[in-house]
Amino acid sequence: MDILYLLIPLSLVFVAAIAGVFLWAVRSGQFEDMEGPAHRILMDDDLEPGPRDTGGRIKSDNNVD
Amino acid sequence: MEATYNYKVVRQFAIMTVVWGIVGMLVGVILSAQLIWPALTEALGPLAPYLSYGRIRPLHTNAVIFAFGGCALFATSLFIVQRTCQVRLLSDALASFVFWGWQLIIVLAAVSLPLGVTTGKEYAELEWPIDLLITVVWVAYAVLFIGTVIIRKTQHIYVANWFFGAYIITIAILHLVNSAELPWILGGGVAWWKSYSAYAGVHDAMVQWWYGHNAVGFFLTTAFLGMMYYFVPKQAGRPIFSYRLSIVHFWALNFIYMWAGPHHLLYTALPDWAQSLGMVFSLMLIAPSWGGMMNGIMTLSGAWHKLRTDPILKFLITALSFYGMSTFEGPMMSVKTVNALSHYTEWTIGHVHSGALGWVAMISIGSLYYLIPRLFGREEMYSTRLINVHFWWSTIGVVLYIAALWIAGVAQGLMWRATNADGTLTYSFAQSVNAMYPFYTIRLIGGTMFFAGMLLMAYNVWKTVAAGKAVNDARIPQAVAA
Repeated sequence: MDILYLLIPLSLVFVAAIAGVFLWAVRSGQFEDMEGPAHRILMDDDLEPGPRDTGGRIKSDNNVD
Repeated sequence: MEATYNYKVVRQFAIMTVVWGIVGMLVGVILSAQLIWPALTEALGPLAPYLSYGRIRPLHTNAVIFAFGGCALFATSLFIVQRTCQVRLLSDALASFVFWGWQLIIVLAAVSLPLGVTTGKEYAELEWPIDLLITVVWVAYAVLFIGTVIIRKTQHIYVANWFFGAYIITIAILHLVNSAELPWILGGGVAWWKSYSAYAGVHDAMVQWWYGHNAVGFFLTTAFLGMMYYFVPKQAGRPIFSYRLSIVHFWALNFIYMWAGPHHLLYTALPDWAQSLGMVFSLMLIAPSWGGMMNGIMTLSGAWHKLRTDPILKFLITALSFYGMSTFEGPMMSVKTVNALSHYTEWTIGHVHSGALGWVAMISIGSLYYLIPRLFGREEMYSTRLINVHFWWSTIGVVLYIAALWIAGVAQGLMWRATNADGTLTYSFAQSVNAMYPFYTIRLIGGTMFFAGMLLMAYNVWKTVAAGKAVNDARIPQAVAA
């Protein structure tokens, strides 16, 4: 099973990389707010298609322009 | 000029998802008919070899996974990353390159596989020139996606983007390691397209299933979860049940997925401890998987009534139910005693389709029904009633399909292992094949229903697009104060 000499180190590199990204995410405050982001994606719902659209623009109905 | 999103590439991929879905599923229907009538395509005379089961089976898997699933993922990931990062894609040229590059790969696959050009590695059948092309296009996609995340206008990176990011990076590494191969021509061979794997024997098997299962894990699970974490809240009009849980789901999945692959090699030449390791990691996966499923379904908590009237939500929530079911069934099948019965039987095919049709296809279909009207300046799809019909055809189709193959698989497993008092086998192999006919027939009916649903979808999409305007890229809103 010599192949494990490739696969196991590769997995360890993976884990190290994942841990690195995780630490970056924690330290840069990605996980500070565990409520807001869930709501924020709903607040970009700017679609209001229809004949009013001019120049191919889509109007925002939720956001203040 | 006002800043807009790049919807063009999203539109292109969204339409091609429907097209390749129909092609891939049609090939699946032909295959399942061939199992009932083996001589079905022989009437085609000189064309028959190109449609023989062994050649079009990889065509089916490649078409549904990488063409249909792939296009769905490109469309949704490139849409979500722009919407949640509130920024246009890094580069329009790169986006265009990714689209046309991926379509070229699909066409090359559709030509080379029926010609019998294959590496023989499951889900990695494409030969070395196409492998190189995949690498180039995938790197372009990675630059496009991750680059867009980097230039984002929001401070926070929405959880869906984490799922897509992990999938893009992991698939790149899996592809590079598993497809390491030597073109035969370098050793004086005559067929320029032929290559041989860099690994041999059980090593090759281990790398192949390390790749194979992680392809399932990261291509067919992680990435589609990214889709789920955006479209379920959007369609339900409610935030995800627990954002915290979605973060835990993401990191838990990433840390433990990597070693589930050996469960494809139970009772083979793979060392026993590696088999047990694969089984243990597979069992652990139930926790994050079910956490994610609950998280998605509970998003509807307090708004269950929407399920009655909204067929798009029905698609999304049913997909999550199949996700939960497959991620329970999978670990169970990786238990060695269960696997002793289920391995090499139709049960495995049933399990795969519970994931592929029930989870992957249904979450994609639901997402597309949300996405397509918005990409063409329409409020909703041409016909909500047709979406509802599509939903029922697909759901009944999947249930027929997987129930038939459960019974078929268990029957097969029991027939193969049955022995007489004197130790001889009770049934010949042909008898077990004969016992499959009724189940193959039910499977064909279920699969055809699912396929017919895709045709309905194509009609609905056609009518929606025909009445819409494809020109507008949506304006990017002012960044919401974080």
